[in-house]
Amino acid sequence: MLAVTSLSKRFPNGVAALAELSFVLNAGDFVSLLGPSGCGKSTALRLVAGLLAPDSGGVRWETGKPDIGFVFQEPTLMPWADALANARLPLDLKRVPRATSDTAARAALARVGLTGFENAMPRELSGGMKMRVSIARALAAKPKLLLLDEPFAALDEITRSQLNDDLLRLWREDDLTVLFVTHSVAESCYLSERVLVMTPRPGRIKADIALPKQSNRAPGFRLSPQFLDCQRLVADALSSPAREALAGEVAVASLAMRRPEGAIKP
Amino acid sequence: MKRALDIAIPVLLALALLALWEAMVRLREIPPYVLPAPSAIAAALCANGSSLAAAMASTLLITVKGFLGALFAAVLLAILFSQSRLAEKALYPYAVILQVTPVVAIAPLILIWVGFERIDIALALIAGIIAFFPILASAVQGLKSADFNLLDLARLYGATKLQTLWRIQLPAALPGLLTGMKTGAVIALIGEVTAEFAAGSGTASGLAWRIAEAGNRLEIATLFAAVALLCATGVLLFALLSLLEWALLRRWHESAIAHQL
Repeated sequence: MLAVTSLSKRFPNGVAALAELSFVLNAGDFVSLLGPSGCGKSTALRLVAGLLAPDSGGVRWETGKPDIGFVFQEPTLMPWADALANARLPLDLKRVPRATSDTAARAALARVGLTGFENAMPRELSGGMKMRVSIARALAAKPKLLLLDEPFAALDEITRSQLNDDLLRLWREDDLTVLFVTHSVAESCYLSERVLVMTPRPGRIKADIALPKQSNRAPGFRLSPQFLDCQRLVADALSSPAREALAGEVAVASLAMRRPEGAIKP
Repeated sequence: MKRALDIAIPVLLALALLALWEAMVRLREIPPYVLPAPSAIAAALCANGSSLAAAMASTLLITVKGFLGALFAAVLLAILFSQSRLAEKALYPYAVILQVTPVVAIAPLILIWVGFERIDIALALIAGIIAFFPILASAVQGLKSADFNLLDLARLYGATKLQTLWRIQLPAALPGLLTGMKTGAVIALIGEVTAEFAAGSGTASGLAWRIAEAGNRLEIATLFAAVALLCATGVLLFALLSLLEWALLRRWHESAIAHQL
């Protein structure tokens, strides 16, 4: 779907956020961008969305820039508008007629489990519900690519794990391509089929790790040894000295490579 | 019960103070041209009822005109500033200079320029000038306070500047703007009164002129009655805007929602 090539970004205050960031995202991928705090993950996401302009390098789209949905770390709702109007915002901005946009926004809210809360104001909703409205808003305009910037970082464990499963369901149902920024090893392993591990600032990809496909994962994946293996693999890559990274290479890893005898198919 | 007490306590206090005032004036035999008793003020209010009411209507109308003009101009200028940093840098200092110049100092000039034959316009202009800055400052601040991520989202969905302004920046500015409007309306009244004094007798027909006139004639009870009506005018303006604020913000803004402990 897109190729990011040698993306570099330096902020006006002189801080280099990204140096020569490159990766490829295929249609239908669920990829996590994992790295330590402040390594430029969010910057990378904003560059992909076109909200920031890179100093050098660029984003190449396979078939033109698709419709993009964006979910921020905070719910970022309009406090003066109810859940329905918030979910409808992208359609309103695209001047979709109200009858059509209302139906689409209601459907989007229903898909994140918020039927009956259409007229609730953001202040009346819990943190998790606000994030659901935010996701509904991102989905309302039927995007092909969904970009999420640590969306669940501020939520409690129970809510986060529910939203993780909901996000996977939405990804499957809509044939979405997802780029998910997180600093949680467990979350990246649970959600994605591929984890891109970044170096500390200025951020580059230091490892590209293939994980078992979601379709090959057992229902109890969260408690399985396989999940632990995945986390170990990713955590190792995250903490490994950036020897290869210095040389500008990307370490490629997968569970199958590490445990060829394992019965798990990547 | 608690609400009834909230209203009853200040009312009872006012009645007690009025009774004390009445008693002091009667017992000490203070002459009415120094301090009239509340009963005398009430009598003056009744005796000059229709003329004082007309004066109050005049003052209120001119204040509202000035305030609405200031509101319109300030919001328009704030929108211009939000679209152009250059315009803000170039014009904001002049708005500050306009504010720090005492309105009494320029009132005679404005009265001469506009002309005494169009005294109402001149008074409204002076009221507007003094109300302008607090509204402008709050509108500028408010328009800047829109969530950056929401603005990014608007950009992502290809919103026009007008759409972003209407759907995100203006609603975000509303709470601050309403606070500025409340301040602006009250000081517009102060500006109007100042301007009436500056205009002098014979031209203006509002409450301030009645105060000046009653003072000259030593009709102190009438003077007090006019001052009381001036207070009522200010309270009325403030109450109307508080009502507007409540109506617009009650569903979403913390300031308009009763906090439940």
